[in-house]
Amino acid sequence: MSTELGKFKAGSPMADVLRMDRMPHIWCPGCGIGSEVNSFADAVKRSGIDPKKLVVVSGIGCTGRVAGYVNFDSIHTTHGRAIAVATGVKLANPELTVVVFSGEGDLAGIGGNHLIHAARRNMDLVVICNNNFTYGMTGGQVTPTTPNSAIASTTPYGNYEYPFSLPFLMDAAGATYIARWTSVHSRNVTQSIEEALLRKGFSFIEVISPCTTLYLRRNRLGDGVDMLQHYQENTIIKHGADTRETAIDYQGKIVIGKFVDKNKPSYLEASDKCSIKLVGDDYQLYGKTIPEREAEEKAEKERIAARRAAMAAAEAQGEAIVPATTRKASAAKVKKAPAKAAATPKAAKKAAVKPVKKAVTKAPAKAAKTKFQSKIMPAKQALAGTKKAAPKAAAQAKSKSTKAVAKAAPKKTRK
Amino acid sequence: MKTVAADPKGVDSGPHFMDGDHALAEGALAAGCRFFAGYPITPSTETAERFAERAPEVGAMFIQMEDELASIAANIGAAWAGQKVMTVTCGPGFSLMTENLGLACMTETPMVIANVQRGGPSTGLPTLTAQQDMMQARYGPHGDNMIIALCPDSPQECFDLTVEAFNLSEFYRVPVIILTDETVGHMHEKVVIPPADQIKIVPRNNYSGPKEDCRPYKFDSKGGHPMVRAGDGYNFHITGLTHNEKGYPVMTAEQNVKVVTHLMEKINSNADDIIRLDEDQIDGADVVVVSYGITSRIAVKAIQDARKEGIKVGSLRLITIWPFCEKRIRELTGKVKAFVVPEINYGQMVKEVERCAGSHSKVISVNHCGGAVHDPAVILDAIRKANQ
Repeated sequence: MSTELGKFKAGSPMADVLRMDRMPHIWCPGCGIGSEVNSFADAVKRSGIDPKKLVVVSGIGCTGRVAGYVNFDSIHTTHGRAIAVATGVKLANPELTVVVFSGEGDLAGIGGNHLIHAARRNMDLVVICNNNFTYGMTGGQVTPTTPNSAIASTTPYGNYEYPFSLPFLMDAAGATYIARWTSVHSRNVTQSIEEALLRKGFSFIEVISPCTTLYLRRNRLGDGVDMLQHYQENTIIKHGADTRETAIDYQGKIVIGKFVDKNKPSYLEASDKCSIKLVGDDYQLYGKTIPEREAEEKAEKERIAARRAAMAAAEAQGEAIVPATTRKASAAKVKKAPAKAAATPKAAKKAAVKPVKKAVTKAPAKAAKTKFQSKIMPAKQALAGTKKAAPKAAAQAKSKSTKAVAKAAPKKTRK
Repeated sequence: MKTVAADPKGVDSGPHFMDGDHALAEGALAAGCRFFAGYPITPSTETAERFAERAPEVGAMFIQMEDELASIAANIGAAWAGQKVMTVTCGPGFSLMTENLGLACMTETPMVIANVQRGGPSTGLPTLTAQQDMMQARYGPHGDNMIIALCPDSPQECFDLTVEAFNLSEFYRVPVIILTDETVGHMHEKVVIPPADQIKIVPRNNYSGPKEDCRPYKFDSKGGHPMVRAGDGYNFHITGLTHNEKGYPVMTAEQNVKVVTHLMEKINSNADDIIRLDEDQIDGADVVVVSYGITSRIAVKAIQDARKEGIKVGSLRLITIWPFCEKRIRELTGKVKAFVVPEINYGQMVKEVERCAGSHSKVISVNHCGGAVHDPAVILDAIRKANQ
């Protein structure tokens, strides 16, 4: 196992941005966090930002462990306080790009107050929220986003609370960039993170993801692949959607897309403006005048632009690089995963149902490109806003999917 | 501890007439603190207000966070991004801060927290004095950990000890708590802020060696290990989990022993260097009054009166409350008839004195709960009783 692991570590296209000395990670097979981290790592590379100036802050929980696996300056904080710590990091050194990567229980539950206030201030942070409707680390309790009627260990007879719709919450609180995707939309996730890394103000990216071990199992929703298929068939891309209409019902349709992207002075911009009014042009923050900081920022932007141009050129020549290798690598992982899982007795039981599942896993993998491009991931067009195409595709998918689900998995409905 | 002269930008030199709360803010600015995340709470708010007012001209950052949980959390972040940081609060806010005070201890994050104590428990007496959080400062966060706490008795000391608190905090990489109280916080007195070149400060020590040797921690029970600053390219990782010197989680019993021993011993084994006491006529004394903060100033009157009556009474004022001056009390035990311990609480530090005095000297507690300072006559009575 160790040699295999060694090979994997050496061969990973993300070896430079992940802490390979900490692999293997703790996440379960089929969990969505790993692919989000991959998207994040990919986005960092694509963005052209200086990885030395990137700080990742996480809270507690399964997603809270992200900080421990990314090879940037990283802080694993207390439960719920990641945004507050990140606020301190950013304000103490405005040159840094600060990303908060945590789960919905951490961010919207125990840390809800920090979340809304950072959004209100338009604090210069990128918040990536893995929303799996579950407190995973503690064994599958109900969270502030668990859909009504879903079963959790602390709502054994079904959740009778009303969940948060995080995009709506963030919109109301004042976030200036809000996007929601699911685990199956990894390229959109990458693109949204990349956009967020390059903008000022508060960006919130929600990624709906499967918790296979707890949420899916307890609600008898199949495994990770089943849930990815569910996402594929039940998501509606609606850029600029009214965030009041982004609520998620139990196993219902999920509205995804980039909902908000607007300009408003960020916290630091507003704070600078106020201080310069008071002190005049001599105003310095940490010994640097505003023109000095602006010049540094401009120079950094130029460096970023140059890096991006170089990457684009390399990609055009077909040499590269980051995205292509990433895809290969993730495909390889998908193949490997079942083999690994079979080693455990639990997985061996699962393997009995293998033939059907293999077919399911293989099919989307092959068709991935076309499907992803046509419906799920109209990559650049999607973010540019091809509103018309999306609902059509979704409608088509809907008719197909309902049949498919009905045929393939009639047993998987909840008691 | 290597020191340098303070940056004149933060030093408002000269004589001032100011209260303890304002002096805390000036002390922080003089010590090089350039980041303050706070939350209003009586009777400490004035410190935050003064810092907010002074921040733009000094080039510092002030932010009022949404609560005390966030203020101390933001301070942790800012400390690792390279700034010296401070926050102030009192009991109810300190209760919230204990969560991340634990994280700050675990991650060995330098910071200064002032607790301008008011009467408790709970909302208690928001505008009236107390010394009821002495044990909370020491034992507030869960798990074994150790902090340093200082106890100023005047606005001047609020300034001086804040500078010292930053110095200790930077060197030992530990949160330092200033345990003052409403009376000192709101008492206006003359405060002389020296010229910048006479204020010695311990500058932030950031690691600058090769990347492969970079370790955020060194479990050697000593101070002086450098911080690693975000943005310097070392890709550090810190966590509240039990970790190794690289900062990576290692959740084993053996590692917990290493970490906790280090956290405790880097303070305890250096207690002699850390502890500052103010002693008066202790040699040959029959009675020693052990006091701190505002109560030590009340005790002065009682001690003077007792001396007039011919009682040999000495004064031991605890400037450093934590680590406790165990060694000194043990030295005096048996030599003095009794210790008299006045404090504005139900009897907290007296337990420490009792622990160290054992059965060799009497220990007399002169406690009363929050709301007012002592009547010197009560302390005088206790001294008389102790001398019998």
